This record gives sequence, structure tokens and C-alpha cells, in this order.
Amino acid sequence: MTVLLFYLALFIGAFVLVKVIRGGMTSQKDFTSLKTVTFGDESAVRPDRAASIISVVVIFVIWGAFTGSKLIPIHVPAPFTGETQFTYTVEAEDGQRDDATIFVRVAPFGEKAEKFEVEPGEGLASNDAVAMTASRSATILFDKNDELKRKSGARVVAINGQEISADGSVDTGDGSVSLSGKGAILFTPSLGMQMNPIWLPAPEKVVERFFEIADEGYQNFTLWEHLGWSLIRVVVGFVLGSIVGIPLGYAMGLSGWFRGWFDPIVEFMRPVPPLALIPLVIIWFGIWETGKIFLLFLAALWIMTIAARAGVSGVNISKIHAAYSLGASKAQIMRHVIVPNSLPEIFTGARVAMGVCWGTVVAAELVAAQKGAGMMIIAASKFQLTDIVIMGIVLIGIIGYGIDILMRKAENWLVPWKGRS
Amino acid sequence: MSGLDINGLSMRFDLPNGSSVQALKDVSISLKPGELMSVLGPSGCGKTTLLNIVAGFLAPTEGKIELNGHLVTGPDAERGMVFQKGALFEWMSVRENVDFGPRMKGMPKAERDKIADHLLEVVGLQDFKEKAVYELSGGMQQRVALARCLANEPDIILMDEPLGALDALTREKMQGLVLKLWKETGKTIILITHSVEEALLLGERLLVMAPRPGRIHKEYRLPFAERGVNADLRDVKKSEGFAETRDEILSMIWEMEEEIMGRTEEVA
Ligand SMILES: Nc1ncnc2c1ncn2[C@@H]1O[C@H](COP(=O)(O)OP(=O)(O)O)[C@@H](O)[C@H]1O
Ligand SMILES: [Mg+2]
Repeated sequence: MTVLLFYLALFIGAFVLVKVIRGGMTSQKDFTSLKTVTFGDESAVRPDRAASIISVVVIFVIWGAFTGSKLIPIHVPAPFTGETQFTYTVEAEDGQRDDATIFVRVAPFGEKAEKFEVEPGEGLASNDAVAMTASRSATILFDKNDELKRKSGARVVAINGQEISADGSVDTGDGSVSLSGKGAILFTPSLGMQMNPIWLPAPEKVVERFFEIADEGYQNFTLWEHLGWSLIRVVVGFVLGSIVGIPLGYAMGLSGWFRGWFDPIVEFMRPVPPLALIPLVIIWFGIWETGKIFLLFLAALWIMTIAARAGVSGVNISKIHAAYSLGASKAQIMRHVIVPNSLPEIFTGARVAMGVCWGTVVAAELVAAQKGAGMMIIAASKFQLTDIVIMGIVLIGIIGYGIDILMRKAENWLVPWKGRS
Repeated sequence: MSGLDINGLSMRFDLPNGSSVQALKDVSISLKPGELMSVLGPSGCGKTTLLNIVAGFLAPTEGKIELNGHLVTGPDAERGMVFQKGALFEWMSVRENVDFGPRMKGMPKAERDKIADHLLEVVGLQDFKEKAVYELSGGMQQRVALARCLANEPDIILMDEPLGALDALTREKMQGLVLKLWKETGKTIILITHSVEEALLLGERLLVMAPRPGRIHKEYRLPFAERGVNADLRDVKKSEGFAETRDEILSMIWEMEEEIMGRTEEVA
């Protein structure tokens, strides 16, 4: 909730700030800047690059601020760490009372606090020493070294002189104290607003982890092997799917028998998400490469079939007629007209298929794999190594984005006539 | 017998809903080699259907077509087509489009290049040989289409509203080009058009068709195409008889259109 408010504030703040800064500058004079009607004219809406940059920066600022990153100068309040103390008042059944102090040492996230001893002090209740870690609560069996025991009816009635009831709590400034069901003292150091690294580590921790794993590998494989294997699976699955799917799509676009035969299959399989096939594929092929490749093959197959079919159906009949009238044979029309004409559709299909395959491979590796990007993050999550999980997610995103950019580049290069007939 | 012989051609489309459209009824035309015939008529009168049957893309329900004495049964390189638009191959350069026919026949490259160079010069595109066709304007694209058709040396050229998608100025220029090509190559040409002026300018013979069923309404023999070969087309339009013939045909087509409208109103 706080994060959202923070984000909203930064969004509005950046907008206002940029507006003010730009107000003084003369805007560039191009055609769009001369348009007077821009609201509702989609072509006049150009992404504001400053907004994009600030947007990315804001994500890192918030990430850093809420994780106590050393890269960011301002942070939200951190959880309490260090030493603190409070007194408790215990009352026996017969009304006898005594005070004692509890000394607490709170270590930062993920670290163990060193045990220590304190002087017991005078009286029926003795002082206690507690060592604990931030963001945890400690149950303090205060009466272990006291003469007034809970077993014989003694109970805590006040903390720092403030009365406490069985279901109430007292704020000591550095944390809060309440009573457990059996009357023991529960101390929770104040949490602050920062994330526990188990939920979200600081950005520099993720980067550190990246270099560490790039260096040493993870789970018996180097980082590049993990990512490389995922990519190889995608490429092999996609290529196999295309090798079968494209000719099948052509056949469906050119022959009534093929279209009739495969229509029900394709139309049925198309809406089934590849993820839903994972269990079946594991049952059939086990958890080894065959299963994953087969899954990706299926994911690519239907997309490529439909793309190739659409490419054939989309050919302008005038082109076919013209080619016949120029004396071309069926084979020549296939080679010189139908295939090139379908390439733009096939490229669109290929881009979609690569995206789907990349998503599917990660999901499949989450379920069962010895190596791969998905396996890396699921293995790390079992050990609560959140920094590896986040690093994996970022790498998966970057690679997916990279694949799409490459496909688009290839498209511009190989089918420059796309959308221009 | 040389030339094109269309004999008792009828075409009926049976629609899936059980009704049928009589697109052509008993159409007979005879064309001598080298003749230029334009075909005019309100839309839906079967002009495209007629051309598609001659090209061999459709089989007629009745009648037959003979070219130079043999029966037309399917598309063939002897009958070239020029479409309104969208029939060029965008994945090929201008040159590759033009030499497509010879290339498919397996003609050696040197010969093909000579043909393409010559024709591209004739249509005025010698500087655009290696350009992609989608980079050209509409008028230039139609020049490529004409050159592509001619490169294949067909006996007859069939044009379905070849200039219909062009703006008025480009269109006027292209009309001159069509006349020039006709005279220089001596090809037999059938040209379908929507424009009465174009039909007068680009037809030694002019066929006016009437709809429902599609049939020949009237045929003219005109001197304007011959005049246009050597003169400015604007002068031809001012020449003797042009305005009268144009007005006559215009009112004839107006009447047909009104008749169609009247009939649909009755239905409604
Ligand atoms: N494939 C077809 N199926 C059914 N009707 C058709 C088909 N092609 C043309 N027609 C009909 O035949 C008539 C003539 O069409 P067409 O030859 O395209 O006319 P034009 O080219 O003169 O405008 C029209 O009424 C049209 O609806
Ligand atoms: Mg037509």
C-alpha cells in the first residue's frame, strides 16, 4: 500500500517537475508539434522518452528505498537493530510483586545475534538476556531464573510500569511487548517499512549474486549453461514446430482434404495453453529433454500452422491469376508467389511462437528440470534465495525481450514489403 | 481462323442460397488480330466475368472461346492480363517483375535482361529497374504491370480497368501510353473501363454492355483511337464526333442505371 502511494507520488511529481523544466524550453518544431488536435489523434501521441527514463529510475529508487540499498541515499524506516531493554513486573498469587529488566540484542536481517549474559540483580525476579534477529519475535521465558514462577500462579502485570492485560500490548519505543497464551513475554522489535531480504533483496545484492553465479555457476551448471539450455530448447522446439507446421499450414491453405482433416485438430489444440499439457507430457516422456522439446514443438506447431495457412489464404487472387497468365506452372507459383507472399504472416507467427515458447520453457523447467533458467529460480526459491530468483526473472525478461527484438530485425530485413502491398 | 472468337457465351452463378445470377447471356464477339476493343457498362453487367472467361480463369456455363483456331480451356501465356492493382509481386524488384514470364520459361539471363531493359525504357522506367515495386507510385506500378505483360509476348492482352485506381492526371498520361504500346506492338487488346471518355479514346471498337442478364447492348466502331496514336489526347477529345458520341453513350448508360434503380426500388 505504502509502495503504491509512493509510486503514485513519484509519478505525479516527475510529471509536474518535467513540465516545469520544459516550460522554459522551446519545444522542437516538427510536423506533429504543429498539430492543434492531439487529444484523440493516436499518431500524435509519441512516447515521452524522459518519462521512460524516469520510470525505470523510479523503479530502482523504490526498490532501493524499501530494501535499504546502499546505492540509494534515502530509505524508508529500517527495522530496529541493536540493543534495547525494558522492565517487567511480575505478581505472585499472594500479591507479592517484583521488577526485573530484560536486555535485548537484535541482529540485522539474516544474521544471528550473539548470546550474552547479564547480572541477575536483586529480588524475586531476575534480569534476562535475549539475542534475536530483526523481523522475528522472541518468546521470553522470563521466569526460568525467577523465584516467582508461572507454574505457581505468577503472571506479568506491567511492562515499563505500564499495565498489560493478557491480550494487550505495550510499546517500548524499539518494539512491542505482548503476552503469549501461557503468559510468557513476546517481544517484537519494530519492523520499520523495509522489506525483509527474503522477500526482496536490495538491487546491489542481486547484482552481486549475478556476478557470483556468472563466476561460479549454480546447481552444478554455469549460469550460461542454464540460460543456454533454455534457449536451445526453445530454438529446437520452435524449429521442429516450424518444419512441421509451415508445410501443414500450406497444405491446409491449398487442399480441401487437408483443411478438412486438420481443421478440427488445429481448432481444438489452438486454445489449449501449452502449460496445460505439461503434466501429460511428463507422464509420456518423463522429465528429460524429449518431453520439454515435445512441449515446445506443440507450442510452436499450431501457431506456425495457422500463420502459414493465413499466409496462403491472404494471397491476392490477382497475383495468382497474373502468374498463371504469365505461363507459370503450379510449382513455380508455389515457389515464386505463394511462399514469398506468405512470409510476412509467417514472421508474425514466428514472433508470437518464440514468445510463447520462451514462456513455456521457463514454466516447464519450473516443474521439472536439472538445468535451465526456470530450474534455477525454482531451486533458489526452495532455499529462499530470493536474490537468485529475482536475478533469474530479470534475465528471463531480458532474454525474452532480446528474442523479440531480433525477430523484428530479421523481419525488417527479410520481408521489407510487409504491410506495403 | 486467326484472332479471338467468342461464341454464344453464357455464365450463370449458382449461389449457395439456391438462387442464381445470370452474369452473361449469349455474348458473341469476334476480334481480328491487332484490334483494340474497349468494353463499357454499368457495374455488375458482367465485364469482369467476361474477361475472366477469356483469360481462362472461369469456365462458361454455355458457349466457347477460340483463339487462333484452338479452344480456350484455361489460363495460358498466350493471353496476358493487366489488373487494376495488387497483382505485382512485392518481393521482387521492378526488373524481376518484368522478366517473370521469360524467367519461368527458362530463358537465359542475357536475353531476359535485354527484354526487360527494352520494355522498361518503353514504359519510361529505365531508372527504376532495381527499385522495389512498393516504392513506386500507382501510375508507375501500372507501367510495370504493362511491361510485365508485354515481356511475355502474349497474342492478346486483357485489361480489367487497368487505370481505374489512378488519379485523373496520371490516368491521362497512361491512356497515351496504352495507345502507344498498342500501335508499337500490334497486339490485340480488350480493355474494360468505367470511364466513357476512356472507352472512346482506347477503343477502335467499343462494346456497351447492359446488365441483368449481362449482354451486349450496342457496338461502335470509332476513329478516335487511331487519331490518338498521332495526336494529343486532348485534341482528340475536341475532335469531330467525340462529344456527340460521348453524350449518346452517357445517356444510354444513365438510362440503364435508372432502370436498375427502378427495379431495386420495386423490390424494396
Ligand atoms: N464468383 C461469383 N459468384 C457469384 N456471383 C458472381 C460472381 N462473380 C460475379 N458475380 C455476379 O455476376 C455479375 C457480374 O459481375 P462482374 O463481372 O464482376 O461485373 P462488372 O465487372 O461488370 O462490374 C454481378 O451481379 C456479380 O454479383
Ligand atoms: Mg469488374
